[in-house]
Amino acid sequence: MTSSTYRSPVNDDPTLDISLVVNGRPVEASVSPRLLLSDFLRHHLGLTGTHVGCEHGVCGACTVHIDGRAARSCLTLAVQLDGATVRTVEDLEGPDGSLSPVQEAFRDCHGLQCGFCTPGFLMSVTALLDEDPDVADASDTEIRERIAGNLCRCTGYQGIVAATRQAAETIRDAKEQADVPTRG
Amino acid sequence: MKPSRFEYVLPRSIEEAVAARVEYADTVVLSGGQSLVPTLNFRLSNPEAVIDLRLVPGLADVRVDGDWIHVGGRTRQRDLELDDAVHAANPLIRETLHHVAHPVIRNRGTVGGSIAHADPSAELPCLLLCLDGEVVAHGPGGARTIDAQDLFEFILSTTLEPDEILTEVRFPVLPERTGWCFTEFARRHGDFALAGVAATLTLAEDGTIAWGQLAACGVTTTPVRLVAVEDALLDGAADPSRIREIAQLAADVVTVPDDESCSSAYRRDLLVGLVERALRTSLQRATERATARTSREVTS
Ligand SMILES: Cc1cc2nc3c(=O)[nH]c(=O)nc-3n(C[C@H](O)[C@H](O)[C@H](O)COP(=O)(O)OP(=O)(O)OC[C@H]3O[C@@H](n4cnc5c(N)ncnc54)[C@H](O)[C@@H]3O)c2cc1C
Ligand code: FES
Ligand code: FES
Repeated sequence: MTSSTYRSPVNDDPTLDISLVVNGRPVEASVSPRLLLSDFLRHHLGLTGTHVGCEHGVCGACTVHIDGRAARSCLTLAVQLDGATVRTVEDLEGPDGSLSPVQEAFRDCHGLQCGFCTPGFLMSVTALLDEDPDVADASDTEIRERIAGNLCRCTGYQGIVAATRQAAETIRDAKEQADVPTRG
Repeated sequence: MKPSRFEYVLPRSIEEAVAARVEYADTVVLSGGQSLVPTLNFRLSNPEAVIDLRLVPGLADVRVDGDWIHVGGRTRQRDLELDDAVHAANPLIRETLHHVAHPVIRNRGTVGGSIAHADPSAELPCLLLCLDGEVVAHGPGGARTIDAQDLFEFILSTTLEPDEILTEVRFPVLPERTGWCFTEFARRHGDFALAGVAATLTLAEDGTIAWGQLAACGVTTTPVRLVAVEDALLDGAADPSRIREIAQLAADVVTVPDDESCSSAYRRDLLVGLVERALRTSLQRATERATARTSREVTS
């Protein structure tokens, strides 16, 4: 369990106690009500994989999962998350350090250049494919619409669209294999 | 930027929430935070207290009851979109929600938050106005119901009092022999639209158009009913050849001046095009629904 007091942005702010689960670990902390989840993750827990671009919900770099759904960490106060479960990009890899299907696909398809937008894309695309692996059959235009909530200034999106499709195929194949009844 | 300091209030009941509204001079309500937190981050809003509704019971309940769909104010936009009972009762709701921001924003953004925020480009206020919906507000004197027609006052401004909290949004169930459509144009899917139109069209027993209800967003300081179009639909037969002509009547509601995204003339043309598309789609769906109904009656 991690427990500490983090007073931000101003040291004499009054604080509130929260307890939540981050990447499977229980966390307790005392935070200022005006502390954003993005800053809590980065400054307090050292989870700097979550990036901060615009701080008004537009770029998607700060996307994490809250209670199983993708959300902007820059538009959420840490105090709102008392009792919640949060997952960040650091939790995508397997226990042995193997990449998740979405991470693997971004590497295979050159879905990143500078990498600033990548954690947000990985979290949005992971949530999208958890819900709907049939994205594998979608047109490129449709995939672009489905991921339009995240911005990338480098790649021109070709690699990101390809990576989304490849990851969708991998996830769907894995699901189909798991669904095949084992013959006794 | 980061928010300036505020008092964080976490009421456990609607009465406690209203009491906090009264106690502090300058309060904002934290529902989904998707419009509020950006303004806090940029210090466009520096309230004395932020009242977080997340522990107030019952505010995220959704139920279809007779002619009305009752949606708790704090219902997430995404939950309403995925609700199959709501979709069966009024398919215009899901179609409209698909145009509200991106799924990641709808995961947190709420129905009541969007309506209380009253952005003139926002889709949900336009939907509420088109359908003749209503909202319930709780204040120090108890609850009152406000018709959509009386709710939207100006850009980001409603007739809700500063000490009131919006607790419920009510959408009517779609009547029989009625088609629907929400359509908009935005530079990029999920962005606020340059203009959007919500429409329903109801056919008479003989298949002629009985009436239509239309509202637009993004074209003036509030969502607006397209009264001239509605009037023209009253006295016409369901003749597709007249739809283009009727759609032209929408153009005059546009008051947004030339801005960085487009000229006012472009917006007028855009609105007319959207109205035409909305009417054609609604008419087609109304006809399909009326026919499906008739054939059910024949077979049963
Ligand atoms: C990147 C991005 C894109 C977006 N695109 C769109 C779009 O295309 N279309 C669109 O319609 N919206 C869009 N939005 C806005 C989004 O839909 C918001 O969720 C919505 O406008 C506000 O809902 P909320 O629940 O987040 O409200 P909050 O942000 O919590 O509150 C907004 C305001 O309403 C007041 N308020 C909230 N709840 C109540 C209540 N119960 N009683 C009284 N007052 C209340 C608050 O005081 C505050 O001033 C976008 C947002 C982002 C970040
Ligand atoms: S930093 Fe959160 S969306 Fe840009
Ligand atoms: S890879 Fe640089 S912003 Fe996307």
